[in-house]
Amino acid sequence: MATKPEVVEERGTWRVKKGLAEMLKGGVIMDVTTPEQARIAEEAGACAVMALERVPADIRAAGGVARMADPAVVVRIMEAVTIPVMAKCRIGHFVEAQVLEALGVDYIDESEVLTPADDQFHIDKHRFTVPFVCGARDLGEALRRIAEGAAMIRTKGEPGTGNVVEAVRHLRRMNEEIRRVVQAPDEELVRIAKEMGAPVELLRETKRLGRLPVVNFSAGGIATPADAALMMQLGADGVFVGSGVFKSANPAAYARAIVRATTHFDDPDVIAEVSRDLGQAMPGLEMATLAPKDRMQDRSE
Amino acid sequence: MRAGVLDIQGDVAEHARALGEAGAEVVRVKRPRDLEGLQGLVIPGGESTTIGLLMEEYGLMEAVRRRVAEGMAVFGTCAGAILLATDIVGSDQPRLGLLDMRVRRNAYGRQRESFEEEIAVAGIEGPPVRGVFIRAPVIESVGPGVEVLARHRGAIALVRKGRILAGTFHPELTGDRRLHAHFLALAAGGDAAG
Repeated sequence: MATKPEVVEERGTWRVKKGLAEMLKGGVIMDVTTPEQARIAEEAGACAVMALERVPADIRAAGGVARMADPAVVVRIMEAVTIPVMAKCRIGHFVEAQVLEALGVDYIDESEVLTPADDQFHIDKHRFTVPFVCGARDLGEALRRIAEGAAMIRTKGEPGTGNVVEAVRHLRRMNEEIRRVVQAPDEELVRIAKEMGAPVELLRETKRLGRLPVVNFSAGGIATPADAALMMQLGADGVFVGSGVFKSANPAAYARAIVRATTHFDDPDVIAEVSRDLGQAMPGLEMATLAPKDRMQDRSE
Repeated sequence: MRAGVLDIQGDVAEHARALGEAGAEVVRVKRPRDLEGLQGLVIPGGESTTIGLLMEEYGLMEAVRRRVAEGMAVFGTCAGAILLATDIVGSDQPRLGLLDMRVRRNAYGRQRESFEEEIAVAGIEGPPVRGVFIRAPVIESVGPGVEVLARHRGAIALVRKGRILAGTFHPELTGDRRLHAHFLALAAGGDAAG
């Protein structure tokens, strides 16, 4: 039977999901809680915003169960800016994700910053049209999330601390493990897959590409322009700044400076210039003062 | 042939790879001085507000306009096309304004409405081009002398005037290098009529 070639417009393909993350590269994604903050971020040059009810530092301070933001907050932020808007759902809470998709957010962050809803399983992200970003501390964790359908990864760091040390640790570990995979002969990949708990097919792809198969931003503790440039020089594709902007003394100035330092991350003269007279950065937390239960990065693996 | 990719924000690496595979020596452009000696410049996909703001601050708007006046070719994709337009509906964001056309940002909707579909491109031989549209703009109208090379279901998706090419989709996200090769031929001056 002869069939007419059908014109098909395909939505939610892997290329389209991963593609939006490619468009965000070299940029800064800022946590915002109000339309006013979203506009400050956009005017400063943020490439996207993350719509939240509270920034991580305040979630940390408040304690209790942290959930998806009120849809009204998310929608107001979506209406305030033209750049992409992301929003967070709890790990494993696929209904929160369904709600965020229904609202029309551009990316969903299945995030350890919120209290996990499932202590064993993440969301089957392949089922959604909207793309997901997930946190990871090492290559195995990143590839498990990609296997579940994450189209973008962010190294976790430790959110809401203003301390970049965990962000550095996670990105360095990821880089080190990628180097190991690239140098490993093919016959060793199955064993490495077993050790890392990662699908061997994705390890093969990592080896072939010499990098993570999706865009990888750095997150969790970036508080200054120099912090952002540090993560870029270490190889991040871009940065998430959570509490670092709106917990600083001068959010608009910090936002502008961090965007410029991210673009010109390899130019110390620019970083020096934009870092002048910014006022107080967000207050930082020493990692040793965090009790194990307060370490958000350990909430998922 | 030396061709550059504007390296402010966006999918710079994908364009750099595409230009390299199409035969160019590729330069990343962060500062006006990086434009010297380039025959073509790609303005990639990304966020047009971010790219425009930083281009203006670091002197790249004027520098790119000057080099284009001197004959440098430009290819803008998605955000890059928006930055080339004279008229951006409802926005006063910084722009190059080198192509007489009216664009509407995010015209198809939000990310969940992003899609891919084959489109026919005038002047490109062989099978249709895979059009990848991500939060894509639409070119609503073009001025005199601007040639429409492709449409997606009626909406203008690729245009050209002289050595300036602008598309609302992302050829750099596919393995098909025909459009980048087409642009390099334009930049080399092989087909600069119109």
